[in-house]
Amino acid sequence: MRDVAIIGVGMNKWGELWKQSIHEIFVEAALEAIDDAGVDHIDSMYVGCMSGGLFNGQEHLASVLADYLGVASIPAARVESACASGGLAVKCGILDVMSGASDIVLVGGVEKMTDVSGDAATFALATAADQEYEVYQGVTFPGLYAMMAHAHMHKYGTTSAQLAAVAVKNHANGSKNPLAQFPQLITVDDVLNSVMIADPLHILDCSPITDGAAAAVICSLETTKRIDKKPIVKFTGFGHATASIALHSRSDLTTLTATTEAGNRAFKMAGRTPADIDVIEVHDCFTIAELMVLESLRFFEPGQAGPATEAGLTQIDGKIPVNASGGLKSKGHPVGATGVAQIIEITKQLRGEAGDRQVKNARIGMTQNMGGSGGSTVTHIMEVI
Amino acid sequence: MAIPNYWRSIPQRYRYEAAKCTGCGKIFFPPRIVCDECASRSFETINLSRYGKIVTFTVIRIAPSQFVDQAPYPIGIVELNDGIKICTQIADCNPDDLKIGMPVRLEFRKISQDGTPGIIQYGYKAVPVK
Repeated sequence: MRDVAIIGVGMNKWGELWKQSIHEIFVEAALEAIDDAGVDHIDSMYVGCMSGGLFNGQEHLASVLADYLGVASIPAARVESACASGGLAVKCGILDVMSGASDIVLVGGVEKMTDVSGDAATFALATAADQEYEVYQGVTFPGLYAMMAHAHMHKYGTTSAQLAAVAVKNHANGSKNPLAQFPQLITVDDVLNSVMIADPLHILDCSPITDGAAAAVICSLETTKRIDKKPIVKFTGFGHATASIALHSRSDLTTLTATTEAGNRAFKMAGRTPADIDVIEVHDCFTIAELMVLESLRFFEPGQAGPATEAGLTQIDGKIPVNASGGLKSKGHPVGATGVAQIIEITKQLRGEAGDRQVKNARIGMTQNMGGSGGSTVTHIMEVI
Repeated sequence: MAIPNYWRSIPQRYRYEAAKCTGCGKIFFPPRIVCDECASRSFETINLSRYGKIVTFTVIRIAPSQFVDQAPYPIGIVELNDGIKICTQIADCNPDDLKIGMPVRLEFRKISQDGTPGIIQYGYKAVPVK
């Protein structure tokens, strides 16, 4: 099997991009990635998008986007795993290059969420939960994570202030990211005094609704020899796992088994452990998610991620910098694009191009992208060679 | 919800019908046709216990459109006495009085209404046992 490197990245400023269509925001990011890579063609393309159908009334997206990118005729596929669609697109591209079927592949993600009302967006997002036995009863996504948070608090004594510390840290990081949707600095009191969405989660515990796209060009390590300039960043491991999408079907509500499995697979493939990782981007769709992911990946013992966050261990200059980009919380969460944006952040960190939010001496990075309330997870480990 | 979908789930929503694996005894709600524990494809129909306890809960304050009139409302995960967990609203209570571990029973209630002319959708809600 061939080694795979990432040679180009592209991402636009995320936010409420009312003047642009889903085609435009995707093509903008894709062109930037292709220019950054300095390649004159791509052999195939994978696009992560959770719900072009419900957000934009448009399916068959891979062909639409290949056409608008001016590369129609290449094989292109849209992949979906709810909020992990972007990470899945990256994994599919890696497999394509590894197999030798393609040499240079564009992997991207896009979600245009503000073309519909808030109600319709909430409905679209809720389709990532069990429609018949969760959503039918009146649960929402914040509600599902709120129930995990409540169980976590009950079992480990996790506090609302610890959850708030995740949001405060991620906004502080996002304030140094020019592409972030909400770069504003916030305080623990701001979070605790913000409107309650689903107890114990306040609105500032939740990631936002966002329009955005992200893209990367990957290729065989051999091909990078023809392309100079940048430090070469290689994928050394990836993992992908599923779990019950219905929260109530899981035996333990305070851990994420798909994340643990996907993490273990990536660590094993890369021959690494959590102690080797210099910087990680995780799926903080809600503040409790960041804590549970860090515990499920064994960066911290169960129940210890909250105190560790409060103690500053996950800050950019901490023991394990988490979500230097601002995370989903501050950078924004266009669901299909998120997993690709995580890959972009790690690439920038490993190349030393992350500006004010640069993690010192970052050599090995990791991403964790999660679907729904944890029913799917895709992880990647990347290293500078 | 589409009428065919609602109609075919009536045994679960009205009568709590579940499938018990004849191979290993694992109970599935809703029913499945293959067991994830022992791979058996043989099941018998049973009715779930109507009593259990709250495993976790929240109060939905920002609700989906068809539930806006009911907000704020508590919803939780209830573990029934036969070990099956379900997601359900918790009715007839003051949310401030709810606690993890509190005993509840299931009752047949209206869940929501599908648009102005739509069907009324029924199902189970948990009620604290006094």
